[in-house]
Amino acid sequence: MHELSVCQALVDQLADLARREAAQRVTAAVLRVGPMSGIVPDLLLHAFPFASAETVADGAELRFEHAPVRVACRRCGAETDAEPGRLVCGACGDWQTRLVSGDELLLVSVELER
Amino acid sequence: MCNTCGCNVTDANRHLLDDPAAQAHETSAGGAVVVLQRLLDANDREAAHNREHFDEHAVLVLNLMSSPGSGKTRLLEATIDALRGEARIAVIEGDLETENDADRIRAKGVVAHQITTGTACHLDAHMVHDALHHVALEGLDVLFIENVGNLVCPASFDLGQHRNVTLLSVTEGDDKPAKYPVMFRAADLMLITKADLLGAIEEFAPERAIRAFRDLANPGPVLTVSAKTGVGLATWLDWLRAEIRAQKARVAAGETLRPKVQPEGAALHAHDHEHTHLHEHPHTHGDGVTHSHPHSHTHAHGHAHSHGHEGEHRHEHADGHAAGDDHDHAHGG
Ligand SMILES: Nc1nc2c(ncn2[C@@H]2O[C@H](COP(=O)(O)OP(=O)(O)OP(=O)(O)O)[C@@H](O)[C@H]2O)c(=O)[nH]1
Ligand SMILES: [Mg+2]
Ligand SMILES: [Zn+2]
Ligand SMILES: [Zn+2]
Repeated sequence: MHELSVCQALVDQLADLARREAAQRVTAAVLRVGPMSGIVPDLLLHAFPFASAETVADGAELRFEHAPVRVACRRCGAETDAEPGRLVCGACGDWQTRLVSGDELLLVSVELER
Repeated sequence: MCNTCGCNVTDANRHLLDDPAAQAHETSAGGAVVVLQRLLDANDREAAHNREHFDEHAVLVLNLMSSPGSGKTRLLEATIDALRGEARIAVIEGDLETENDADRIRAKGVVAHQITTGTACHLDAHMVHDALHHVALEGLDVLFIENVGNLVCPASFDLGQHRNVTLLSVTEGDDKPAKYPVMFRAADLMLITKADLLGAIEEFAPERAIRAFRDLANPGPVLTVSAKTGVGLATWLDWLRAEIRAQKARVAAGETLRPKVQPEGAALHAHDHEHTHLHEHPHTHGDGVTHSHPHSHTHAHGHAHSHGHEGEHRHEHADGHAAGDDHDHAHGG
């Protein structure tokens, strides 16, 4: 359950932000978590209430932005959707691709109550 | 740029993350603050700090990852025996419980520090930093970090290592790269271990494991070894020696290296280390310089080295490119 570690890090980040912005409470946090980040959004959602209990982020809503797995082909240049376990080019089938989206693990924005 | 939420971090706008000004950029509108910070930012910073320690002493640091029991400790034991008198080695061991693995390494006369993580199923950069108080880096050639046996969590945490080595033992099934893509995508080298059992386990086809590894767009080398019989060990040791040399050359040149596949945090912290090049897929030349090219320059390594022909397969060309046997060079330019 490394999602608990990630959640703890998130709560620390939220607390820092709230302090910097002189906010009373964090009401929502928007995350962008790609399938290739190794972090499962659902598990983050489950861990968050425990990690945030009695902090400024207690009760905050977590929202996730869509982060599709996309690869750019080094052979044919196409940019296509891919599966996490198969990052081959959707156009020509070659395996020599570059991940252009899907490994994000970002805190995008927060909503604060001042 | 981030006045509205929904910033897509893609190659097209990734430079915004590299830019410290953009990183600090915030817009307050109706109580919403744009942050754009990696969730593991604190870990990434500590990892960068660890890497500075390692580079200060020109120590090569390898992160060994695999499922429980794939043979990480036994490979280390065999490696220590083989490099006795040649390379100075230390080991940091990560386990949920027990000092067993560190004791096995110490029995070989090598300094080992055990991190017992308790409930944490992975090592993180802070744990490794604490461990560095127990492991002197002075005079070391290579520090191995044996991560907690787990094919999922360790892949998400940068420790400050230079390379990731992922083990896949032949008893686990050749489809593991497809099932644990985050882990195997992060591998700079995949070792197929317990090769002595290949005859007994027909179900495991090294070609299929390599196919699954390539399908993660991973051009890294794949070696097949047995720590028990020593088959394939010479090639692994050659890889290791080349990496040790490359690390010393990098440090002499004021450069550093991160594992090939980087989480977003590496891009965020690129400015901390001005000589690293994090875009595209870097590849290391014999001179130890990590280059990135706008055009791809990938060497495939499609041969399974499973036949015990030690020393027959050279993995270095004169120019220092690690390369395998099927020479599937793609020059995308
Ligand atoms: N036949 C055979 N057995 C091996 C080989 N390498 C390791 N083993 C055995 O596999 C078992 C697990 O090996 P370890 O080296 O402890 O594996 P590990 O990856 O360090 O395990 P954890 O630290 O618990 O994750 C032990 O019984 C080893 O002796 C090998 O090359 N061939
Ligand atoms: Mg072990
Ligand atoms: Zn293509
Ligand atoms: Zn930074």
